[in-house]
Amino acid sequence: MASGNDVAWWGKTRGLMITMLVIWAIFSFFIHFFVNSLNEIVVFGFPLGFYMAAQGSLIVFVVMLFWFARRQDAIDREHGVAED
Amino acid sequence: MASRHDGSDFTSNLGKVYGLYTGGFAAFVILLAILEQLGLPNRIIGYLFVFFTIAVYAGIGILSRTMQVSEYYVAGRRVPAFYNGMATGADWMSGASFVGMAGTLYALGYDGLAFVLGWTGGYVLVAVLVAPYLRKFGAYTVPDFLAARYGGNFARLLGIIVLFCCSFTYVVAQIYATGIIASRFIGISFEVAVFVGLLGILLCSMLGGMRAVTWTQVAQYIVLIVAYLIPVIWLSAQKYGVPVPQLMYGHALQDIASLEQQMLQNGLATGEKLKSHITPFTTYNPLNFFGLILCLMIGTASLPHILMRYFTTPSVREARKSVAWSLLFIFLLYFTAPAYAAFAKLEVYQNVIGASLDALPQWIYTYGQLGLVKVCGVNAEAVEAIKTACAGVEGNTGLLRFPDLSINNDVIVISTPEIAGLPYVIAGLVAAGGLAASLSTADGLLLAIANALSHDIYYKMVDPNAPTGRRLLIARVLLIIVAVFAAWVASTRPADILSMVAWAFSLAAAGNFPALVLGVWWKRTTTAGAVAGIIAGFAVTAYYLVATRYYAPGFVEMWGLATDKFETLKAAVAAAGDETARAAASAAFDKYAQSIAKWGGVNNISAALFGLPVGFIVMVLVSLVTPAPSKEMQDFIDEIRRPAGGVVMKEKAA
Repeated sequence: MASGNDVAWWGKTRGLMITMLVIWAIFSFFIHFFVNSLNEIVVFGFPLGFYMAAQGSLIVFVVMLFWFARRQDAIDREHGVAED
Repeated sequence: MASRHDGSDFTSNLGKVYGLYTGGFAAFVILLAILEQLGLPNRIIGYLFVFFTIAVYAGIGILSRTMQVSEYYVAGRRVPAFYNGMATGADWMSGASFVGMAGTLYALGYDGLAFVLGWTGGYVLVAVLVAPYLRKFGAYTVPDFLAARYGGNFARLLGIIVLFCCSFTYVVAQIYATGIIASRFIGISFEVAVFVGLLGILLCSMLGGMRAVTWTQVAQYIVLIVAYLIPVIWLSAQKYGVPVPQLMYGHALQDIASLEQQMLQNGLATGEKLKSHITPFTTYNPLNFFGLILCLMIGTASLPHILMRYFTTPSVREARKSVAWSLLFIFLLYFTAPAYAAFAKLEVYQNVIGASLDALPQWIYTYGQLGLVKVCGVNAEAVEAIKTACAGVEGNTGLLRFPDLSINNDVIVISTPEIAGLPYVIAGLVAAGGLAASLSTADGLLLAIANALSHDIYYKMVDPNAPTGRRLLIARVLLIIVAVFAAWVASTRPADILSMVAWAFSLAAAGNFPALVLGVWWKRTTTAGAVAGIIAGFAVTAYYLVATRYYAPGFVEMWGLATDKFETLKAAVAAAGDETARAAASAAFDKYAQSIAKWGGVNNISAALFGLPVGFIVMVLVSLVTPAPSKEMQDFIDEIRRPAGGVVMKEKAA
């Protein structure tokens, strides 16, 4: 089971997982710590801090999930562990 | 639709089938709109909406009937990512999301966005950490996976207990919501409406299990999203000339901010009562705001009725894509809800607050008569009634001030068609949307509970040799029993149970998340570690939830949180003379005790903030001191991780 290819593949999978969780943590929590400063900036009538919680972070979540599905599939194919 | 019996033919024609369905639904709405112009009474329109949509869902449910185990439990694993995304959207968005979410945002402003963030971001965790691996394993239920990974039926039993605790209160709330919506719109009594809803739910799920629920949920998603978007798009076009409410409410936010200032200057509102819409942390402090987001997200990634939707995709790859589609479909509703809240707030601040009591808009009375809008403490049923009530309120000069008005959360969405001056048919559409949202969530939850009983308890624990026919019969009987019991509980209007719905997220998070995530991502997790971690995390969360809500005074004393006021109120209870005085004093004492019964100021709803770390730490520590899992188990985990090679758990008699 533990061939070199499998180890490399799982390493990349885990790397992608960590990347995803870091982005997730940034847009779930980190940027909202600065809501008051962001609210000073107004775009289209939206205070930016409010906008990020109401739409910005959500858009990031959606986009990152489509990106993740493609990226993980590429990793799987590259190492020959994808479904046929 | 006749092709439903032949799965492969049906799945290749999905686009056509649902395209026709959507067209048919649009034609139905237009037909009703024409009939309304011709003088069809509102009540009949309401009836037609409710009965027609329920009949369509039931029809899909009956056409999707099946006698195959894998069709019943996982829809034959043939649901394409896109459609499974829609079904998950409907499964996820409850009646409360549809009807109440915008109202929460109206009431809480920025702080309400914790729910918007928490109920979307969790899907990142679902996609990255959990769903593809459960799909690869090929489980029928979440406890199935726990049993396979953690050495059998004890872990399975714990999984069932967690599942039951977080799903049952939730399903009661959904059936309650169908009753409320149906009774409000078609005027039948609430108790009858609950059982009408029950019938709709059973017809959708009983004959075809997961397969039927999947295809009705797709149909329900289409109804609910159309119903949610149309009124607010219309309102945005009317007010700002651009039919994109999600962009145009920026202007509304600006107007709200300046109206808030004016109200403060005119003395219509006071600084302590009026919460600025965009200012953060007016209701929750940062700890509770972010704690709530975390609990809701991790809860999302742990709720069995959501995870089991990803068991139905044709491949692991499709499961990942499907999570992305799910979130897109959910996002469509959740990024619109703040627009509803802003438009409604603007309407209230512009046309209601500061208006003379004689000149309030008509919608105030429409919903006042339903008991959803109160002015000066009485239901806004008629002009005279509220004038009399307001005359008795100190400082009222015949103008409606901010503190005089109280609006039920549900009004925000259901009153929008009327505020925008839309025909009644749109109000009926909104009712159909709310009904679709609560029916679809109820279907998913009921199936999760009944499947745990029939597959995990009956088939895996009681009679592993049961023939297919008997397994499916038992599954259906249990589904009916659970559904009838839930409907009966809902018909008693159980306030306690309804307030416990929010607990589901913390309970699921603490009970399932560490075991699921470590089970896949950390091979060293042992059976003993997992069992200890589940019990510890779940117990801490449940203790915190129950003790701070129902045994607050005891909790305060046990953890040394008592304040002077606590002691004073406690003494008042002891000193109370007669029964009535004692009851009043006890109520005040308990209410205050609940407000201080907190560890480190963490709200009851975020209880998993304690349960999660406890669960993780116990699971890791106990795993480290027990012998590592066997070689077979390590290989099993490798197998679950690799997408290639088909499902791990094989059904012997499919």
